[in-house]
Amino acid sequence: MDEGSALSALVPAGPQAAHIHTLWLVMLAVCALVFAAILGALAIAMRRAPCGDETSEPDTSMIGNDEPAVRRAVTFGIAASAALLITLLVTSIVIERALAQLPLRDALHIRLTGHQWWWEATYDDAKAANVFTTANELHIPVGRPIVLTLEAEDVIHSFWVPNLHGKKDLVPGRTATIAFRADAAGTFRGQCAEFCGYQHANMALMVIAEPPERYERWAAAARTSAPQPLEPLAQRGQQVFLQSTCAMCHTIVGTPANGRRAPDLTHVASRLRIGAGTLHNDPVTLSAWIADPQRIKPGVHMPAHALPSADLQALVAYLGTLK
Amino acid sequence: MTVDTTAGALAPEPGGEASVAELLTPHARRFGGWADAPGVLGWISTIDHKRVGRRFIGTAFGFFVAGGVLAGLMRLQLSRPDSSLIGPDLYNQLFTVHGTSMMFVFAVPMMQAMAVYFVPLMVGARNIAFPRLIAYAYWVYLFGGLMLYSALVLNIGPDAGWFSYTPLAGPQYGVGKRSDFWAQLITFTEVSGLLVAVSVITTVFKLRAPGMTLNRMPLFVWALLVTSFMVVFALPSVMMVSTSLILDRLVGTHFFNPAEGGDALLWQHLFWFFGHPEVYMIFLPGLGFVSMIVPTFARRPVFGYVAIVLSLIATAFLAFGLWVHHMFATNVPELGKSFFTAASMVIAIPTATQLFCWIATLWTGRIVLRTPLLFVLGFFFILVLGGLTGIMLAAVPLDLQLHDTFFVVAHLHYVLIGGAVFPLFGAFYYWFPKVTGRMLDETLGRWNFWLFFVGFNVAFFPMHILGLQGMPRRVYTYAADTGWGPLNLVASLGAVVVVASVLVFVVNVARSCRMGVHAGANPWHASTLEWATDSPPPPGNFHPPLAVARREPLWERAGVSGFVEGLANDPPEALVTTLLDALPHHRLAFPTPTIWPLLAAIATSVLFISSIFTPWAVVWGSIPVAITLIAWFWPSRSETRKHVRLERVS
Amino acid sequence: MTSDARIVDTNRPVAVDASWLPNHAFGHHSLMWWGTVGVMAIEGMAFALAVLMYVYVWTRLDAWPPDVLPPDLHFGTLNLAILVASLVPNAYAKRAAERYDLHGVRIGMSVCLVFGVAFIAVRALEFTALNVSWDTNAYGSAVYLLLGLHTTHLVTDVMDTAVLAVLMFTGPLEKSRFVDVSENALYWYFVVAAWVPIYVVIYWLPRWL
Repeated sequence: MDEGSALSALVPAGPQAAHIHTLWLVMLAVCALVFAAILGALAIAMRRAPCGDETSEPDTSMIGNDEPAVRRAVTFGIAASAALLITLLVTSIVIERALAQLPLRDALHIRLTGHQWWWEATYDDAKAANVFTTANELHIPVGRPIVLTLEAEDVIHSFWVPNLHGKKDLVPGRTATIAFRADAAGTFRGQCAEFCGYQHANMALMVIAEPPERYERWAAAARTSAPQPLEPLAQRGQQVFLQSTCAMCHTIVGTPANGRRAPDLTHVASRLRIGAGTLHNDPVTLSAWIADPQRIKPGVHMPAHALPSADLQALVAYLGTLK
Repeated sequence: MTVDTTAGALAPEPGGEASVAELLTPHARRFGGWADAPGVLGWISTIDHKRVGRRFIGTAFGFFVAGGVLAGLMRLQLSRPDSSLIGPDLYNQLFTVHGTSMMFVFAVPMMQAMAVYFVPLMVGARNIAFPRLIAYAYWVYLFGGLMLYSALVLNIGPDAGWFSYTPLAGPQYGVGKRSDFWAQLITFTEVSGLLVAVSVITTVFKLRAPGMTLNRMPLFVWALLVTSFMVVFALPSVMMVSTSLILDRLVGTHFFNPAEGGDALLWQHLFWFFGHPEVYMIFLPGLGFVSMIVPTFARRPVFGYVAIVLSLIATAFLAFGLWVHHMFATNVPELGKSFFTAASMVIAIPTATQLFCWIATLWTGRIVLRTPLLFVLGFFFILVLGGLTGIMLAAVPLDLQLHDTFFVVAHLHYVLIGGAVFPLFGAFYYWFPKVTGRMLDETLGRWNFWLFFVGFNVAFFPMHILGLQGMPRRVYTYAADTGWGPLNLVASLGAVVVVASVLVFVVNVARSCRMGVHAGANPWHASTLEWATDSPPPPGNFHPPLAVARREPLWERAGVSGFVEGLANDPPEALVTTLLDALPHHRLAFPTPTIWPLLAAIATSVLFISSIFTPWAVVWGSIPVAITLIAWFWPSRSETRKHVRLERVS
Repeated sequence: MTSDARIVDTNRPVAVDASWLPNHAFGHHSLMWWGTVGVMAIEGMAFALAVLMYVYVWTRLDAWPPDVLPPDLHFGTLNLAILVASLVPNAYAKRAAERYDLHGVRIGMSVCLVFGVAFIAVRALEFTALNVSWDTNAYGSAVYLLLGLHTTHLVTDVMDTAVLAVLMFTGPLEKSRFVDVSENALYWYFVVAAWVPIYVVIYWLPRWL
């Protein structure tokens, strides 16, 4: 299972992150130079000046007189600093404009809603029938611009996938947008980047960039309803799901369950992780998660479920069919 | 007997035998109304700026250590991935109280406390203006800080971050009283801070020694004057925003509720309008310390006095124009963001100016390498690095990657610890002899410095990399497969070294108080007026006060032009001078010690704390406050009689 | 007279002989003025921010005021008149203080207090005529914040004046107390002056915007 490229702002996988990376390099170079110059000047000053002690007679000869050489040197330092700052300011503005000029023709539109502590994603489409909802894991086609519309259900969150772009806050009562493009395939991890309560630390987002054909296959599958389970264990699991509290919060398209307060589970088995990136997605972890999510992600809004182990097994089997 | 008032005579001999006190007549040795009652009564009723200042400094240091303990716990938790040592609830309280404590209960109060102690001495005054108000401000501050830590100990500490963003801290998502304790802590510390600021401004403008024109004031005094103005104009913003939060939570207003016309970003604008100047209120006093230490240890007056003053003023003005750079990731208009990028970069220029002036001073001086100067050198390294990462963060595109990551944690600690705490420790080593009459040990000082310098860099430099690698702030744990583990471990080890350095400092202080080398009035042979009186200074500071004629009164010929005669000691009188040129204007009888500031502070604390729980407390809690304030103000017949006898119709 | 009151030791170089200086001063020469002006700056900033909060809420909404009627004009305007009128006894008290005219100060301050009681009473009525509650919406919250902030100042100013007025009747008195009266009057000016823009914001902006 591809667990992803290294999380890093210094490994850009698309033009937005690449522009910012360029700016980083320019600033790093200039700032390193300035640091060396200032500390170098200090070091030279400390070496050049003669040593004394507390009783050394203070030198008051310059009082009331000008110190022209010193003044020139300090003025030069200030002028050089100003010139370098202007250079950096101009560079910053140039990069800002580059970021704003991402071509958006044929963009894929996704509405991302932040919740405490998971991500809801609705893929928009001109055809209403093609609209679908998923959670915590985005698939996007390589080479195509993505426009995310960002909203928050409860408190402020922040969308941040460093390999692809800088971050943008999701603020309740406001709608923001962010646009980016992946130019390389890979699994990129994102983190919520605005403190949002207990489990801010465990609100990850997986962004999987794939070649367009693979993306289209994924999207086509995502649009389908959940298949009816064929095996008896999975059928029993579906019964457990619908008769427990699960359906109060979760949606599985194709069943009566249409709760909107928790991640959409229609295709949960196809996701790499559960719990917004907290755990790998396999029957063992899923089982532990359902039984007591509080132990893994304390404070999460999902309650513990004291299910008999046979029911739990069946439920996990059913969820495993939701690819 | 004629007295030679040239610098040589007033500065003590090496070895500290002669002191100014030797030159005074027996009458003036009686401190009269300046002295406190003995024992506990004297301790709680004192309005001597030095006694209040000492306890203010000590209390702020105590909160520094407490906040540091919280940070140590955080580093312990973060030293390994998936650590189950501290859960999210406690961790969120830890980082909230750490930040709140360091920003509101340590940094600004400590700088103000140093001003309370040193500004009157540096300007040649006998006490600070409104001394009872200062005593009250101290008690209010203490009670507020105790309230904050009590809440933490009871596991109901604030847990929404030191900046307490809404809606997380609002009525719907901020359950319990946690964020109310935060908001009310703001009220405590802001009342205290504002009162001290008004007092410092008045002291600097009206109580300077005759002849100390504005351009003869020590640079630390300028720094605290400018800082106090910033306090006056910035703190009301955080008062308004924290009050609005309590109102939203307690009585159902909708300032930050988007469903009823409020806005979550209104919080951010109001908070950061205060929050950005706040960090400069911490930084500018640090620059003031450096401006005092460098000349003494370069044995020459600082180069560029006027440039430094103008830089302090420019920094203060610019600081009010930067606040949106904390909001670059929100959807405020893009064009506006570019303006704040420019402002955030321009503010580097006045700071750079001061740095170059200090380097020039050292370059053309004679270096005396003692611990205070070591801390200044550490300041240079750490602050410049932090300032440069600040320039990086000022650029919107780069900030969008680095905002809310450990890169910012690194940046803020580099600028605050480098820019304020290192100079503060330098200031401790520099002025400890004045406050206690004994020198701190130089060897322990060097250990203190090097442990702090190395430990700090090992702890915080890796955080720049962690931020670039995607580690957000305010996370109680992280997964092993992020790869953040090794650098976090390194950072935690660095934190241990920093703890060691603070321990060395505490040991140094404890030992030196009892066994340190005796310091005379001026062990560093420095040039400013605080060194022209005993170590420690007596009640009333100068007997009699001095008049000055030069900027470096203890270094220049005829720097001190004479004494101020004719002031009574009972009632304690001080000379009030004019604003620009410090010409003598009138005598003022200062208040005498009183317990009413303490009682009023207790009443105020009851009002503030109970109004966390019910709005009606504002009404009935005001009554004891009013009573204590009236009793405080009401003049005594005996004091009035003394004043009337000294009246002279002008 | 205490024996050390006017020591002038001419054996030392005397830069200043302060014994002949007065022991109080009016206006910006006094420490009290600086304290008062400092508080005015702080509170002025708070008022300005409250107005900015009101305007901010306005920029976020389409209808203004949202879903409610604007505040009724009569009590607010009446209070504006009472407050402005109170400037007369206030100015009288200030000038009397600067002449050390105790009788004039007593009269001026007493009349000020009558006005004070009046405008606090009318302020209570203002609160009933706002046509919105603090918890109706953000507009209501902003209005109550502004009015509440100013009311706090009114109440504390009247209390300060009352305490000082009582002192001017009972004593103990000295010349510095006249300085206190003068500075208290300065603060009264501020509280009245602050009302003018706040009155416009609360009562007229909803009608104009």
